[in-house]
Amino acid sequence: MVALAYFCFKRRFHTYFQEGCFNFVIGTDWNAVEGRESFGALPYIIGTLVSSTIAMAIAVPISVGIAIFITEMMKNKFGTILSFVVELLAAVPSIIYGLWGLFVFRFWIRDYVEEPLHNTFGGFPLFAQAPFGLDVFTAGIILAIMIIPIITAVSREVIKAIPHSQKEAAYALGATRWEMVKTAILPASKTGLMGATFLGLGRAIGETMLVTLVIGNAIGLAAIPTSLFSQSQTLSSIIANEFLNEASNDLHL
Amino acid sequence: MTVLLFVFVIIAIIPLASILFEVVKNGVGALSFEFLTSPPGALGSGEGGIGPAIQGTLIAVGIASLIGAPVGVLAGVYLSEYSSSSKHFAYFLRLFNDVLTGIPSIVIGITGYIALVLTLGSFSIIAGAFVLSIIMIPIVARVSEETLKLVPNTLREAAYGLGLPKWKVVWHIVIKGSKSGILTGIVLAISRVAGETAPLIMTILGTSLFFSGLNSPVDALPLRIWRLASQPYPAAHEQGWGAALVLILLILAMSVALRMFAQKRSITLFKGTT
Repeated sequence: MVALAYFCFKRRFHTYFQEGCFNFVIGTDWNAVEGRESFGALPYIIGTLVSSTIAMAIAVPISVGIAIFITEMMKNKFGTILSFVVELLAAVPSIIYGLWGLFVFRFWIRDYVEEPLHNTFGGFPLFAQAPFGLDVFTAGIILAIMIIPIITAVSREVIKAIPHSQKEAAYALGATRWEMVKTAILPASKTGLMGATFLGLGRAIGETMLVTLVIGNAIGLAAIPTSLFSQSQTLSSIIANEFLNEASNDLHL
Repeated sequence: MTVLLFVFVIIAIIPLASILFEVVKNGVGALSFEFLTSPPGALGSGEGGIGPAIQGTLIAVGIASLIGAPVGVLAGVYLSEYSSSSKHFAYFLRLFNDVLTGIPSIVIGITGYIALVLTLGSFSIIAGAFVLSIIMIPIVARVSEETLKLVPNTLREAAYGLGLPKWKVVWHIVIKGSKSGILTGIVLAISRVAGETAPLIMTILGTSLFFSGLNSPVDALPLRIWRLASQPYPAAHEQGWGAALVLILLILAMSVALRMFAQKRSITLFKGTT
């Protein structure tokens, strides 16, 4: 683990010294051609933030909702099957989500979500760009779909660990089921749910291949998402793209 | 509210069901004996298969588990059984472990590239397996520590009472008693690792040739899927779906098989210990 940090910093400082840490974070210019190197990561940092914000905004309420649904409403066979399915889905590789996003979901979202939004609210800058299907919005939603099983599985464990006596106490005070969830379950499991959320956030930020496939891979100034429907790039997907170029160059030499 | 939650479940189920449905629908057509065994054909021709990819995935994941599983399990054993005398060290170890779980896999991939690929001079299975094992270790360590802690203290005390030395207690009572939990952790880690793409690009690289020695590049299923999906030919896309189906089946079969195995083992062990 120490070696990991060492190698990362060794390599990263190379870039930092070349550009200066400040320029690296706020620069928008990205040029990997030899002799004219300049690396500004601002667009990709923004891209990462935007896509994972979209993903978390969608995924967290849905996952916690499902977890409560499984543990509190569905104590029968259906609930067991559902949680088993959720756990299996958490094991589906991200590249398969990417494949599905590229060939199936892209057209759904372009035709049924983005076109209507663009036509109705086209005046707002948020929906201004002509929808294409491969953009920050799509990437965010597919990231959300990918992390829903992960967050659900963890929050289910957390909610299951709450002692029964707490729930019964809430019922005894005359709470309905919803007041029980609100007063007994959510406060007691808050830290656990935060943990689950951060686990999901970590996966969403670090996810590479899925994003590389669906985000549109813009470079430089163009990668700052000006609307929900613009192409962008995240930190990890630029690493993958740049590495591929570099590697194939080296191999051709 | 109940209705709202039910709608949430439906919203989550639809895309997930669609993924599985599309993968099966588009993938079945590509499957054939030839597809599973032969190397990829010419670009966009729709010929050839994913033989090297399956082979590469199995070899790389196999080596990664040989490294990652023992190290991870031993780390878990240390944290749960031996760390009581050095609390601070154990605290830092746990912290490092959690941080390592959170590091994006592509960063681990770059580390492998710098540390192994550049040092050894070529992309290789060894580098890929090393990177995958780094991803495996924190998962295995975490899960095995949690399960080892679940072993009731009375069992340990009973064993000490019979005069067993510590290592015998740990090996015969604690580890054997929580075998199924440890196995679950290993399976979790293996299925996570089998689907990793980003770190493999940087270490294994991917070729269209069969395995030719541990220090040469091979192919891997996620890499092949990604290559096929990036090509502009429909035939390649169909093969991509086929490869995705194979990968999903591989992972699901592994996790279901090991889960059943673990269940059977834990039942017999339970009888043995009571």
